[in-house]
Amino acid sequence: MAFETKSPWLIHYDGSSCNGCDIEVLACLTPLFDVERFGIVNTGNPKQADIFLVTGGVNAQNLPVVRQIYDEMAEPKVVVAVGTCACSGGVFRECYNMMGGMDKAIPVDVFVPGCAARPEAIIDGVVKGLALLDEKHRNLKASKTYGVSEDDPRTIGGVRE
Amino acid sequence: MAEITTVPFGPQHPVLPEPVHLDLELKDEKVVRAIPSIGYVHRGLEKLVEKRDFKQFTFVAERVCGICSFGHGWGYVKAVEGLMGIEVPRRASYLRTLWHELSRVHSHLLWLGLAADAMGFESLFMTAWRLRETVLDLFEETTGGRVIFSVCKVGGVRRDLTGAMRTEMEEKLKGMRKEFRAMSDVFLHDGTIQSRLAGIGVLSLQDARDFGCLGPMARASGLPLDYRCADDEGAYKDLHFRPVTEQAGDCLARVKVRLEEIEQSVGLILGCLENLPDGPVEVPVKGFPPAGEYFTRVEQPRGEAVYYVKGNGTRNLERFRLRTPTNGNLPGLVKILQGCDLADVPNIILTIDPCISCCER
Repeated sequence: MAFETKSPWLIHYDGSSCNGCDIEVLACLTPLFDVERFGIVNTGNPKQADIFLVTGGVNAQNLPVVRQIYDEMAEPKVVVAVGTCACSGGVFRECYNMMGGMDKAIPVDVFVPGCAARPEAIIDGVVKGLALLDEKHRNLKASKTYGVSEDDPRTIGGVRE
Repeated sequence: MAEITTVPFGPQHPVLPEPVHLDLELKDEKVVRAIPSIGYVHRGLEKLVEKRDFKQFTFVAERVCGICSFGHGWGYVKAVEGLMGIEVPRRASYLRTLWHELSRVHSHLLWLGLAADAMGFESLFMTAWRLRETVLDLFEETTGGRVIFSVCKVGGVRRDLTGAMRTEMEEKLKGMRKEFRAMSDVFLHDGTIQSRLAGIGVLSLQDARDFGCLGPMARASGLPLDYRCADDEGAYKDLHFRPVTEQAGDCLARVKVRLEEIEQSVGLILGCLENLPDGPVEVPVKGFPPAGEYFTRVEQPRGEAVYYVKGNGTRNLERFRLRTPTNGNLPGLVKILQGCDLADVPNIILTIDPCISCCER
C-alpha cells in the first residue's frame, strides 16, 4: 500500500455549490464523523494535497480556478466530485451560467451523489478514491517517468536528463 | 514611504469555505484598500423561475444557500402565498418559525466554529461543530434532511411534529444549551480570543447605517435592525421577540451578538413547542399565481433577505428577485478592512459571516 493512502491529505474547493455539500464536507472533519482517525487532514495548499474534493458545478468564472488547483497538485492525485451539482449540474443544470458538472473542467475519478451529499457518502467516496490513489501510485512508480511529464522537453527516452 | 503591494486573497483560501476574491492593497502590514470581486458561485437561478412550475421552484429557492436553506424556502413560499392570497394555518406558521430558528442555531454554531478555526483555535472549532450535530439530528428526525429539508411548501409545511418528537426536541435542546453555555464562556473570557477580536474591525453606528449593513453585523454596532420584530406571519409576535444588540461594533461584539442569538433562538424554539397550536399544517392550493407582484422579507441568520415575485397567471412566475444580507454587508466589510493589519483580515472577513452562495445566487 502506498504511503499516501495511509494518510491522504485533501483539499476542498467550492465550485458553485449552494454550501450544503461544503458544510457536509467540513462536518466529516468534526467529532461525529472524524475522518482524522484515518489520517485524513484538510489542507489549504494544493501542493500538499492528494485528494481534491470539489463541490458544485462549473461556470466560466471558476473554471480556471478549479483547473489551477488541479494542476498545482502533485501526482498521484484523485478527484472526488461531491454532490449532484458536481456530478451533473444538478438542480442548476438549466441555469444560464452553468456549464455542467465538474467533469467538464477536470478529470473526475469518483462521483458522490446526493443533494446535499451525506457525510457517510462523502467518506465512502474518499475511501473509493484511496484505492484509485494506490493504483495510480503503483502505475507511476512502474513507469520510468516518475514525477516527470512525458512531454517535458528535458525528458529523453523517459529518463530526465 | 513604503510602496503599495497588492496581495490577492482567495478565491481558494484555507479560511474561506466559499470562494470570494479580494485584492488587498498593503502599505507595509496595513491594508490601505480592499477590492472585492465576486461571481465564482453565480448560477443564475432567479431565471430558472421561468422554466419551473411555481411549486417546484421551492426546491430551487431552498438551494440558494445550504446554510440558510429553510429561510430561503420560507421567503419564497411566503411571497407566492402573498401573491395568491393564501392564508397559512397557524400551526404551520409556528412550525416554520421553529425550523427557521433551529436553522439559525445551526448557522451560528457553524459560524462560531469557523471563526474559531480562523483564529487557529481548533478545539473550539470541533466543540462548536459537535454541538451543531445535535441540531442536525433534530432536523433529521423532524424533517428527514440534515442541511436541505424541503419541508416548506406553498400552502403550509410537509411534515408535522408528533408528541414524542416534541419532548425529545425539548430535552435535546436543553442539554445542548447547557453545553453551549460552557462553550460560550470560552468565547467571552478566553484571553487569546479577546486579544484577537476586541477592538478589531470596528464599524461605527453611523457607518453601519450609511453602508446599509444588516443582521448581526448591524446589531453589533448598535443598530437594532431585525425583521423578526415586524414579522406578522411567524410566531414572533406571540413570543414577544426583542432584537439582540451590542454597542462596540468590533469583531468581539459580532461574536457576542451571535452567542446571545443562539440563546434567544433556543428560547424561541422552546416557546414555539410550548404554545404549538393544534390544527392542520397545510391548506390546498388551487390555480396559478395571478398577474401581479408581491414583496416580502425574512430575517435570515445573516440578516434581512428580501423576496420579490411577479406572476402572470400561468404556472410559471415571470420574475423572482432576491436580495440577500451578504450583499448589504460587503460594502461595510470593505470599509472595516481599511487600516487593519493583514493578519486580522481572515478574522474580519469571517465575522461578517459572508454567505457567498446567497450573495451571488
